[in-house]
Amino acid sequence: MSPLAFLVVAALTVVAALTVVLHRNPVHSALALVTTMCLLAVLFLGLDAQLIGFLQVIVYAGAIVVLFLFVIMLLNLERERRGLATPVVVGTATTGAAGLAVLIVRGLAGGAPPADAPVEARFGGVAAVAERLFTAYLLPFELTSLLLLVAVVGAVAIAKRRPS
Amino acid sequence: MTGTAPLSWYLVLSALLFAIGTVGVLVRRSLIVIFMAIELLLNAVNLTFVAFARAHGTVDGQVIVFFVITVAAAEAAVGLAIILALFRLRGTTNADEVTTLRW
Repeated sequence: MSPLAFLVVAALTVVAALTVVLHRNPVHSALALVTTMCLLAVLFLGLDAQLIGFLQVIVYAGAIVVLFLFVIMLLNLERERRGLATPVVVGTATTGAAGLAVLIVRGLAGGAPPADAPVEARFGGVAAVAERLFTAYLLPFELTSLLLLVAVVGAVAIAKRRPS
Repeated sequence: MTGTAPLSWYLVLSALLFAIGTVGVLVRRSLIVIFMAIELLLNAVNLTFVAFARAHGTVDGQVIVFFVITVAAAEAAVGLAIILALFRLRGTTNADEVTTLRW
């Protein structure tokens, strides 16, 4: 991905993420979350991760955020009367998070290889990812299906209206 | 500008998104929005994984992201079910009003 394209997408992503966190209306937050997911998918495609990029749109933007919107509308949430915590908490949290960002960058950036090393053409495609998934990561993959089953049963059990 | 964006740019963006998500978890009071901020955190880490996978030329990082997306879907289903049950019980999704398990 060219530096100019990256900067444009990155700036839009940060704005969308800030909207998620700062907007008072939860529906607007959810829509900003969809925007963030789609912009991240663009970044993933720029990093030669085609499968993950499309999964990001289908699963995150398509399924998870729709679930969020569904719950928001089911609960009929109005705007928050007090959206944020007290100024002291907000200030402390912002300072701490900024420090956290600096720490992450300094921790990760040491001796990082360049992002444009040549890779084979099938890199990041379904075949390449599936090959690793069904060999080295076969057991975690199968356990994932168990996790999903437990999550589905658990979600139904928790959300079910109990007869009283 | 020509060439490609260096890995460090992706890491900086990822750290920024993580910081924004952290602020969201800490300062918002609506459980739903806190939950969305957690999804933001997961996505920030996913970006790091994909960027490093590209830099190292191996798809292992992308496989991890695959698992993270799966766990996020399961987490969203269970978490939203809990929020739904909580709303039925207490009639609120404000984190300040549900502090029985907190000091």
